[in-house]
Amino acid sequence: MLLKLSLDKTGGLFTEMARDRTLYLPVKRGGQADFAPWTPEAEVCLDYLNTARSIKDFFLPQTENIAAFKREGKKITITPTHEEPSPFVVFGARACDVRSLDVLDRVFLSDPVDTFYKAQRENGVIVSMACAEPEETCFCNAFGIDAAEPRGDVVTWIAGNFLYWEAKTPAGEALTGKLETLMSEADSSDLKEIEEQGKAARAAFKELPLGKLSLEGWSGDDLLGKFTSPLWEKMSKSCLGCGTCTYVCPTCQCYDIQDFDTGHGIARFRCWDSCMYSDFTLMAHGNPRKSQLERFRQRFMHKLVYYPANNDGMYSCVGCGRCVAKCPISMNIAKVIKALGGNANA
Amino acid sequence: MPINAESGEFKPMIVAFCCNWCSYAGADLAGSSRLSYPADVKIIRVPCSCRVNPLFMLRAFQRGADGVIMCGCHPGDCHYTSGNYFARRRMALLFSMLEYLGIEKGRVRVEWVSAAEGQKFAITMNQFAETVAALGECKRLEDLRCQP
Amino acid sequence: MPAVKEIQEKMRARAGELLRDGGVSMALGWKRGEFCHDPEPAFFESEAELDNFVYDGFSSPLLSKYLIETIRKDKQKGEGKGSKFLVFLKPCDSYGLNLLLKEHRVERERVYAVGVGCPGMLDVDKIRAAGVKNMRSFDETETEVTIHASSGDKTLARRDILLEKCLVCKGPEFAVQDEVLAPGLPSFEGGDRFAGVTELESMSPEERFSFWRNELSRCIRCNACRNACPVCSCNKCVFDNPQSGVQAKSNADSFEENMFHIVRAFHVAGRCSDCGECSRVCPQKIPLHLLNRKFIKDINAFYGAFQAGADAEARAPLTNYEFGDVEPGAVVKRGGGA
Repeated sequence: MLLKLSLDKTGGLFTEMARDRTLYLPVKRGGQADFAPWTPEAEVCLDYLNTARSIKDFFLPQTENIAAFKREGKKITITPTHEEPSPFVVFGARACDVRSLDVLDRVFLSDPVDTFYKAQRENGVIVSMACAEPEETCFCNAFGIDAAEPRGDVVTWIAGNFLYWEAKTPAGEALTGKLETLMSEADSSDLKEIEEQGKAARAAFKELPLGKLSLEGWSGDDLLGKFTSPLWEKMSKSCLGCGTCTYVCPTCQCYDIQDFDTGHGIARFRCWDSCMYSDFTLMAHGNPRKSQLERFRQRFMHKLVYYPANNDGMYSCVGCGRCVAKCPISMNIAKVIKALGGNANA
Repeated sequence: MPINAESGEFKPMIVAFCCNWCSYAGADLAGSSRLSYPADVKIIRVPCSCRVNPLFMLRAFQRGADGVIMCGCHPGDCHYTSGNYFARRRMALLFSMLEYLGIEKGRVRVEWVSAAEGQKFAITMNQFAETVAALGECKRLEDLRCQP
Repeated sequence: MPAVKEIQEKMRARAGELLRDGGVSMALGWKRGEFCHDPEPAFFESEAELDNFVYDGFSSPLLSKYLIETIRKDKQKGEGKGSKFLVFLKPCDSYGLNLLLKEHRVERERVYAVGVGCPGMLDVDKIRAAGVKNMRSFDETETEVTIHASSGDKTLARRDILLEKCLVCKGPEFAVQDEVLAPGLPSFEGGDRFAGVTELESMSPEERFSFWRNELSRCIRCNACRNACPVCSCNKCVFDNPQSGVQAKSNADSFEENMFHIVRAFHVAGRCSDCGECSRVCPQKIPLHLLNRKFIKDINAFYGAFQAGADAEARAPLTNYEFGDVEPGAVVKRGGGA
């Protein structure tokens, strides 16, 4: 059932949603939108398209504690320090970010299951929001994502002066049940407006600079050819080796487990890692990928070749365009897809 | 950091980086002259005040120090001729930066103490401990993981 | 003064000439990207490749630091010994090259530095904030930029959409160069580059502390500031070294956010030429220049005016001293608050 709510009444909706759980939504911080816990004072921005960081933060946080070790004489005490998961809602996730959870799920929910990630997934309700128009750097359509019809536990649209709301899963229904009194039922003219808006959005996506990006040539049947391509050397030359692309990426899932010496014990935690770094997968003999060329190649081969090869052809890029917008020197996955892909991009 | 369980009195943890040639000997003299200074001053001996990397100071705060003081030979008296001159510039900039970041300015200090100045060492430490005690626990440069 | 397009053509022609018979084996410049506003640093090895050459108001990435890797790789190959590399330097980048020369990261005889006038680089976020959506192309002069976008055409004053670093430009002079193409582009000098620092200094310690907590807590430790910095050129950064005790891939505690930025700013204190790249590349928009400029302001006040990279010989303030230097205690006594 499609519900609607006047946009000037969203404050009440957020208050209600945040009553018994944490509500994360796009808030203005440092001149850009980012997901942050809702407070009555927060500067909520629903007109943003892409947040600086993705919703990955809530399922695979940048750092999370695992355990503390303490030694007394010959006795070592190990105490779990992972925070107890608590229910939360992510409001305003875009279609690309919602799809990124499929990518992460295949990594963390397949055997052996990552219990921390699983707990966050079970505690999180995703309220997605359709894009009425694209950002300049978007290319989610290249991965078959419909930005105007995202998935999620609840899907929302903003059209005219209304927020439209439709529950899609039992978790979404449960959340909607608590909020129903705030909203009224939408009629067929509303539905039509959303449809029209969606059509316009889909057309706009195709007109973007990256709107016709094609993954032809990335079907995974020429792994060695891709790996040995001389183009990697050329493309990786300008790469600074920073981790911006990996840290803003919604699907980059590599992590490290580190021990911090607190002076009186050890704090073990998990944190994001970046294949761009010299100490990534560091072993006794050093980093197996010694040059930036190899690290650069690894990132894109993983996203476009290795991951799909192990996951029924699903690419681990969702076309959110964050890396395109944020790379200090404007190198990005779209350039790689074009340069090493088929002729469709020529 | 340690708070006296009985009196509830706050006793600051102080780290003192002392150069081997002057200030450490000055501390020694303070001891052998039976001058008293707070037991919570932890002395770390360094070959020269110039050995003190700004990182050391930050690490001391991370590990629970409430105040950090660096002592070296008087300018002109460095065992290595010029080490303390470099250290002086470094610390001037670091202290100014810490203040800029909003860290209370009494928490860091530089003092030149010669091997003959046992008394100065004791007085400096007593004064510094008092200043830091008045500021209370260092909250702005603490690492929560390092708390006992 | 020539239009920016003319400069681009001059540069392209000169690079072609030098690649053909000027004893230069590679030219470091910029090439066209996917959009009209994202030129990427590029390494041209032949005249044919220069078709993609671009120099316009968005050629903001600096090139001098790439010389380190370029020369290193060339040496590794063991061939083309003594070959030179052409690098196009905007005025601010020429200071970076001087610093690399001074610290022996780059050999002067391997570099052919061509200075190019800079009209001031544009900030795509400021353009978007002015209501422009989906930029398709643009025309620029030194005072105005006309943007053609799906949201319509819009003409904006160049000054209003300049990158922060360009608002406090050091001027059109080149600190080092072998030749200059199109000199005399106006700089946008005039802004007080220490205004932001002075404003912070006038706040109470509590206000300053909460200001920096708010800024630094957004840090994601992507290291873009470090890797884009022309003087952050250590072979092994202390923050990448597992033996250092401070290596970290993320900020697990607010202390680490502070430490990383204090130490990084300190490592470049007296060497930072204030090129502003750190702030430009920060994906979280942390005003990192406010840290570097604090050090520059203090150095100027304590030890006399100093511009890092102005020459390749002078001792940096932190590798130098005077008998009468200010005492750290005196520094701390200044300023207000607790």
